[in-house]
Amino acid sequence: MSDAFLFAALLTAATARGATPLVLAALGGLFAERAGVVDIGLEGKMLASAFAAAASAAITGSAWIGLGAGIAAAVMVSLLHAFACITHHGNQVVSGMALNITLSGLTAVLGYAWFHEGSQTPLLGPGARFGPIALPGATALGNVPALGPIYREIVSGHNVLVYIAAAAVPVVAWIVYRTRFGLRLRAVGESPGAVDTAGVSVASTRYKALVLSGVLCGLSGAYLSIAHHASFIRDMSAGKGYLALAALIFGQWRPVPTLGACLLFAFADAVQARLQGTELPLVGVMPVQLVQALPYVLTVLLLAGFVGRAVAPAAIGLPYVKER
Amino acid sequence: MAATGAAALRFSRGSAAAVVLPLVNLGVALVLSAGVVLAVGENPGRALWLLASGAFGSAEAVGYTLYYATSFVFTGLAVAVAFHAGLFNIGAEGQAYLGGLAVALLCLGAHGWPTTLVVAAAVVVAAAAGAAWAFVPAWLQARRGSHVVITTIMFNFIAAALMTHLLVNVLIKPGQQSPETREFAPSTWLPQLHEVARALGWEIGRSPVNLSLLLALAAGALVWLYLWRTRWGYELRALGHNRTAAVYGRIRPGRTIIVAMSISGALAGLMSLNEVMGVQHRLLLNFTGGAGYVGIAVALMGRNHPVGIVLAAGLFGALYQGGSELSFDMPALTRDMVVVIQGLIILVCGALEHALRGPVEALLRS
Repeated sequence: MSDAFLFAALLTAATARGATPLVLAALGGLFAERAGVVDIGLEGKMLASAFAAAASAAITGSAWIGLGAGIAAAVMVSLLHAFACITHHGNQVVSGMALNITLSGLTAVLGYAWFHEGSQTPLLGPGARFGPIALPGATALGNVPALGPIYREIVSGHNVLVYIAAAAVPVVAWIVYRTRFGLRLRAVGESPGAVDTAGVSVASTRYKALVLSGVLCGLSGAYLSIAHHASFIRDMSAGKGYLALAALIFGQWRPVPTLGACLLFAFADAVQARLQGTELPLVGVMPVQLVQALPYVLTVLLLAGFVGRAVAPAAIGLPYVKER
Repeated sequence: MAATGAAALRFSRGSAAAVVLPLVNLGVALVLSAGVVLAVGENPGRALWLLASGAFGSAEAVGYTLYYATSFVFTGLAVAVAFHAGLFNIGAEGQAYLGGLAVALLCLGAHGWPTTLVVAAAVVVAAAAGAAWAFVPAWLQARRGSHVVITTIMFNFIAAALMTHLLVNVLIKPGQQSPETREFAPSTWLPQLHEVARALGWEIGRSPVNLSLLLALAAGALVWLYLWRTRWGYELRALGHNRTAAVYGRIRPGRTIIVAMSISGALAGLMSLNEVMGVQHRLLLNFTGGAGYVGIAVALMGRNHPVGIVLAAGLFGALYQGGSELSFDMPALTRDMVVVIQGLIILVCGALEHALRGPVEALLRS
């Protein structure tokens, strides 16, 4: 097997691992924003879930209980956002930022007080986190020319949440475009007045959307702390929630293009991790710190519309007031 | 006459609600925070007492409170100016960071300049650097339609990466490990208030509060004049209130957005005078310490009015100073507790501000 293939395999696998939390969070944001609620709180929901998942997994020793706790925590945060934005017509960006800041502090405070390891949760053993899964036949088919190594090295050997993220894209697309709920969801985001006239509750549709957003962010946060890493580290989401939101906007609030944007960000990140310290033609060795800014610069360029313009759901950010 | 009387009464009730409501909301946020303190296994009453005495217990404590408050006045004003134009500037953190870079470069280069000249130049470069860092997201919002919230967040990350690079690889004092510049020459330091007071014959406690406090108050007055007493301020508020009407009134939204964000960035950049020139006398990694985000809470608490912002900044200064004393006496509570309180205040005073309006107004009416 050539070095080039191994390098490509490593890069692809790293891209898949990096894209997983982005895809899950971005799809969560997709539900919320398609329903007309700005979901800048993805970051906070991911943190809540990462902490709850790692803490529960550390105490119970079960990754699945951790995952459940993570999802529950993220859904609670999402419901708080819903309560402020839908029930009380609060400013959605302010609410999201408030939740991000609160959760950033809260997870650090509770982690420090409960586990005495400096805002970190205890390191998880093998049973308490999701390990790599060898897909059926990975070794047997590994010797098939061309496709075999690809299947063995790239497709197989990830943890269960990576596959869930991959499956979530078509599932979300199906829900949004092919179900009655999906139709109402999109309609609520475009013209809530019309949906209301048709006798469908705007508030309850938006609440459901935010619960779904919480579930997906829960998966995303749990991935960070009990699959990718083996403990909660303070502020471990490190801007991934914002990147996911950017990917959602760049993907024009549609599942498949959003997946593409997430893969692009993850690829940029995987490349930067490998670029560190290597000599490049013309520029020489790039400083690590500047290379790390690459995904953020890329986001700004993408959002500047140099690669196509995004059209948001018409009613996004507007609280729905019946009497208006 | 009766109609005017009723209007006056309604007005006084309205303004009473404007004062009472933030206080009620603050109380709710503190009650929620008390829940967190309980979850950690500490006594919230004792925590509040330690917080208050840590913030106001002595002249030094008050000085520290004012020192924190100075930064928060700048960032609070920054967020508020953008808010009035209908923009949410989350990038005050990065703008202040870049302001600090400009101030540090100036102070490192200003050998033998008279202090007044250095201070005047520092005000200019700090404001210019902050404005420049806000200009790009503003331009992108105005001309390319990319959302200022996301781009300013990205610019915070980019600023952090850039500054880490500069401090680790370029500006670091040779022969030392920690990423910071060498100390500036004392002639470039912004005088601290206890030194000024001593020169005038008074003795007040030693604390880092410095002349930038007066600058912050002056900035507040200027912002008030600008927003409510000039044509440009009117245009800015009109745009924030109703874009369609503003455009109908021949206000150019793109240009107004760029001006508003640049002023906002300039105010955020000035925050670095307090920290870099007044206290640390060198450029440190993460010297902003989240002041940009506190600015959001301050602006919301202070209802985007300079007077309110100064009061709210004082409150948050007390929270920060008291919070560090608190974590000293209650080791189970880290300083992150202050971040929690800050987030809850933004949530209750910002996003949930209407939730208690009905009950509070009903209570005032009875």
